[in-house]
Amino acid sequence: MAAVAQTTEQVLELERYKHGFVSEIDQEFAPKGLSEATVRFISAKKGEPEWMLEWRLEAYRRWLALEEPTWARVGYPKIDYQDAYYYAAPKEKTGPKSLDEVDPELLAVYEKLGISLKEQEVLAGVEGAPRYAVDAVFDSVSVVTTFKKELSAAGVIFCSMSEAIRDHGDLVRQYLGSVVPQSDNYFACLNSAVFSDGSFVYVPPGVRCPMELSTYFRINAAESGQFERTLIIADKGAYVSYLEGCTAPMRDENQLHAAVVELVVLDDAEIKYSTVQNWYPGDKEGRGGIYNFVTKRADCRGDRSKVSWTQVETGSAITWKYPSCVLRGEGSSGEFYSIAITNNRQQADTGTKMIHLGANTRSRIIAKGISAGHSSSTYRGLVSAHPKAKGARNFTQCDSLLIGKHCAAHTTPYIEARNASAKFEHEATTTRLSDDQLFYAMQRGLSQEEAVQLLVNGFVKDVLQELPMEFAVEAQKLVAISLEGSVG
Amino acid sequence: MLSIRNLSVAVEDKPILSGLSLDVPAGEVHAIMGPNGAGKSTLSYALAGKPGYEVTGGSAALDGADLLALDPSERAAKGLFLSFQYPIEIPGVPALTFLRTALNAQHKARGEAEISAPDFLRLVRGKAAALKMDFDMLKRSLNVGFSGGEKKRMEILQMAVLSPRLAILDETDSGLDIDALRIVSEGVNAMRAPDRAMLVITHYQRLLDYIRPDKVHVLSAGTIVASGGPELALELEREGYDKYVKAAA
Repeated sequence: MAAVAQTTEQVLELERYKHGFVSEIDQEFAPKGLSEATVRFISAKKGEPEWMLEWRLEAYRRWLALEEPTWARVGYPKIDYQDAYYYAAPKEKTGPKSLDEVDPELLAVYEKLGISLKEQEVLAGVEGAPRYAVDAVFDSVSVVTTFKKELSAAGVIFCSMSEAIRDHGDLVRQYLGSVVPQSDNYFACLNSAVFSDGSFVYVPPGVRCPMELSTYFRINAAESGQFERTLIIADKGAYVSYLEGCTAPMRDENQLHAAVVELVVLDDAEIKYSTVQNWYPGDKEGRGGIYNFVTKRADCRGDRSKVSWTQVETGSAITWKYPSCVLRGEGSSGEFYSIAITNNRQQADTGTKMIHLGANTRSRIIAKGISAGHSSSTYRGLVSAHPKAKGARNFTQCDSLLIGKHCAAHTTPYIEARNASAKFEHEATTTRLSDDQLFYAMQRGLSQEEAVQLLVNGFVKDVLQELPMEFAVEAQKLVAISLEGSVG
Repeated sequence: MLSIRNLSVAVEDKPILSGLSLDVPAGEVHAIMGPNGAGKSTLSYALAGKPGYEVTGGSAALDGADLLALDPSERAAKGLFLSFQYPIEIPGVPALTFLRTALNAQHKARGEAEISAPDFLRLVRGKAAALKMDFDMLKRSLNVGFSGGEKKRMEILQMAVLSPRLAILDETDSGLDIDALRIVSEGVNAMRAPDRAMLVITHYQRLLDYIRPDKVHVLSAGTIVASGGPELALELEREGYDKYVKAAA
């Protein structure tokens, strides 16, 4: 009887994380472990120029001297960096390819994930529906990027990082590491040494990117890490909206995902960066799941430049990430909208940094944390104003919602105003999902699950409405799935 | 339609209702009156299934179905509606969204088809107009920042849209000025129907000038101590509850 119940439970678990399948794709790996040889192997695999290899090796040497940070409110056993693969790729020739050349098995994987890589299908869609160009990253490599022709007609470069290093070396060399330096932190430094692929975007002056760009990250291989690197440059007066999605199979061991995202925004330019993070969160007892240790930063170099980060974090066993804005340009502005949901044994330590360097810079932070089960969620945020940042303004609102009696929510704001004209506001609330609200909704006919969904969606509404339409719908569903069985 | 037999209810191990029996046939409106602390709200919460209201004995059936075996949403789907004395605020959820979700949840539970968006809007517009409610108010978060009167009107609107078999109105008159009281009462009267029963819980006789009950029951110390016609309410208004409080003690 117990065994039956257990099996049922496992099946339910499977259904809850519907992206948890493993695909049988013929793959090749770098030798296990991390050494200078691994770094050289990756660089050679990608046919990189000498300067790139040197940059990686320098990062690797710096990493050896760094220590893993321990200040976050997360706990996990020590990671053995020698017990993982740093490169895993579908077996195929490298180089840019058209859709027709992509392994049909791979296309099938993305189809199963609900991501269409077929331009014709997207084109044949409903008239007027927004279109998305997709860069699909499978373990360590980008397998295909869609709509390249149309984008390049507008002057927009959208390709994999490997391709950018090869074909747009000058741009990469100019901007790579200019926002997140090699030795910025332990995980960013590791990424700088072994990053395998990711997306590169360049939008030229005055161009409004004609469609949404998106990258879909998929970890498939066992015992491998994913280290992608994304670099987006919006030149003067340019605009681009970029979406990022991620999933992984369900595995009992933990896998490391240490990504770096750099955004460069010049005068009057704007980047909108949205993430729906749904890495495998581990099972109910906290076995398995992704360690999501990510560094994301935007440099608003230009005057009146603007960056908006929106994130919906539902997955990963541990999330450690602080998408930040360096507001250097005069009158530049940064926004951070976040929903972080933890359930079961998940841990999240996430937030943002708004660093006001220029005069009349503005920032806005809306963070919504939801904790259920035995999970723990921390908002950690820094708002600082440099002496030169006259008239800097920030508004921060952090709300935490607790579901059940065994979860925890923490808010750790750091505020530093080093000039008298800066005006910072901080509001924070912590509430428990109220029994009265649940009963009221159920009295009207909603089941307990439906009632929780409705109340939670109300709680996160301010952030959901910042997401592009299609993503908002997806995110709303994800929120519901993440919290299934969290009450009662 | 509603049949309560020897119902006993405790809250935090303290007995509040003891051996209460009551029948409300279809098509009738019954009023429950009583002094503060008699157990009036406890009766409505226990019937609706609020957690923490522990039934320690007796039974309650709606159309022959055992209510006490069902969770609150199943009771709602069976046709039980409770108009709250203190309606709850739901931040971030527009009243229209809430109402449509509720209506469709009930339809689903009964195996009926979902209502289409245009049909739903037509239905709500009509009912809101009858209650002299500004339709734009329904786009705001449910009950958040609403006045006491607006909240009560919203309860009656929900009742009108959900069209229950049994409506329990808990102190619907509290917090209403005379104009709002009239509008709300008209809304309730418009819902009187041969296949619907209503239980009106009130402390004051005033409401019963507008909603004329078929029967009046006096609840004191957790049980019904007297029943009669509308004239019983008038007597209570004149003489107070003293006689019944003593009788129960």
